[in-house]
Amino acid sequence: MMVPALRITRVSKHFDTAKGRVTAVEDVSLDIMQGEFISIIGPSGCGKSTLMNMVGGLLTEYDGEILLDGKKVSGCQPEIGMVFQEESTFPWRTAIENVAFPLEAAGLPRDKRVARARDLLDLVGLSGFENHYPAELSGGMRQRIAIARTLAFEPRILLMDEPFAALDEQTRMLLGDKVVQIQQQLKQTTLLITHNISEAVALSDRVLIMTFRPGRIKRVLDIDLPRPRSSEMMGSEKFASYVAEIWRDLREEASKGLQESEAAAR
Amino acid sequence: MLASILRPPPLIARTLVFVALLGAWELASLAGMVSRFIAPPPSEVFPAIATLFTDNDLVAAFLRTFGEVFAAAGIGSILGMIIGWWLHHDRTAGRAYTDWIAASAAAPLVLLFPLFLVLFGRNAATIIAMGAVSALPPVILKTKEGLDNVRVVLIDVGRTFRLTRWQQVKMILFPASLPTIFTGLRLGLVFALINVVGVEFLIGFGGLGLMIAELGDRFEIAGMYAAILFVVLCSATFFFLTEKLETWLLSAR
Repeated sequence: MMVPALRITRVSKHFDTAKGRVTAVEDVSLDIMQGEFISIIGPSGCGKSTLMNMVGGLLTEYDGEILLDGKKVSGCQPEIGMVFQEESTFPWRTAIENVAFPLEAAGLPRDKRVARARDLLDLVGLSGFENHYPAELSGGMRQRIAIARTLAFEPRILLMDEPFAALDEQTRMLLGDKVVQIQQQLKQTTLLITHNISEAVALSDRVLIMTFRPGRIKRVLDIDLPRPRSSEMMGSEKFASYVAEIWRDLREEASKGLQESEAAAR
Repeated sequence: MLASILRPPPLIARTLVFVALLGAWELASLAGMVSRFIAPPPSEVFPAIATLFTDNDLVAAFLRTFGEVFAAAGIGSILGMIIGWWLHHDRTAGRAYTDWIAASAAAPLVLLFPLFLVLFGRNAATIIAMGAVSALPPVILKTKEGLDNVRVVLIDVGRTFRLTRWQQVKMILFPASLPTIFTGLRLGLVFALINVVGVEFLIGFGGLGLMIAELGDRFEIAGMYAAILFVVLCSATFFFLTEKLETWLLSAR
């Protein structure tokens, strides 16, 4: 039997806050195979980002086990790359310097890292913007720089935490197409966190639906749509039925989250 | 049309107000409303700048004062950045002492000059020490603020790329906080300048401050105002130059 690229076994995470103990993630188990594209969808506050930070090695204290190729993950690994929801480009570096950042830190000679960064900028469709500073570029372009920068380390596993959340709908769809295209090209194992149902269906092989606090896996749904995919298939009947199915499961959780945040505001 | 005359562009407005104030001063002096011994008219003050060069060795005084300012600001900046780093790094210490530093930034530290006079004697060391102490608070506060406000996500990016501790500092923390630290360094420089000239004046030792005191003592009032004007011009130029330097350095980061 094939060893999964990433194996998450009975992982839980509690936070001690002023209001007492909060369970962010509870008993999550999941096997991710090499080259798979998985989306995790859930209401705000379901512990999606916490889960990703544990897989990425940013959070090291938790219950359970996360294995990368059968070896326990402790701290950040070069095989695992992360793209963050927040704006994360370095404002004092140009586009190409941003992308070359991890290569510079790893001590790669200048000509090599510049050549590699140039290829990656080309891959994310930003040729010609090498010498622009992030402040001169749009939000979507900055997020593509961040993606290219993460890819520079050639991670085998790519974790993306709502990378398109701050973008408008159209940019989000175009960028989603780009991400699928790159993922198919590089055959990267990808874990995407999102709260956008259509995005999850359009991009993924499997969609994980999480419950509202504590975050548990409510359901895993296989998306049986042909590849290569693009946002154009969003009009199909099958696509619509997946979206409806996910929303049925998600609706209950989302309203729990809404009720709780309204109760807290009172 | 009328609106553009009433609201001229900033540079013209600035020049007009300056000329008008000088004119009012000149007229008040000519009309005998202000004693020449209290405030001689600009027509006497400006020519007196030239005599400062010939009779009072303005260049030597200038070099001396600015040498002291640079020494003071240099010591204050280095110490201030180290202390600022420590207050950022050690959260308990940061919470314990930051308010003190903020309070000392608002205090007239120049009043401590007798203490320094006793410690170092009546010489350049006292002046430099005083200037360095006054440069400290803004440098400490702005260094800490700059480091505290580096966005967590940028540090996380560094962690995912497995940067060493030193690389985190050099490649992320330092460049990210540099604009704020620079504000502190510039404020520190200005505070050092004010205090160096002030202490020179008070203890009658050194460059431009001493010159102003002596001119006053000799009742060369026009000369005294000319010297004050010169100090103001120098500080303004200085501030402008550091601003340019900052822009240049930040673009080269």
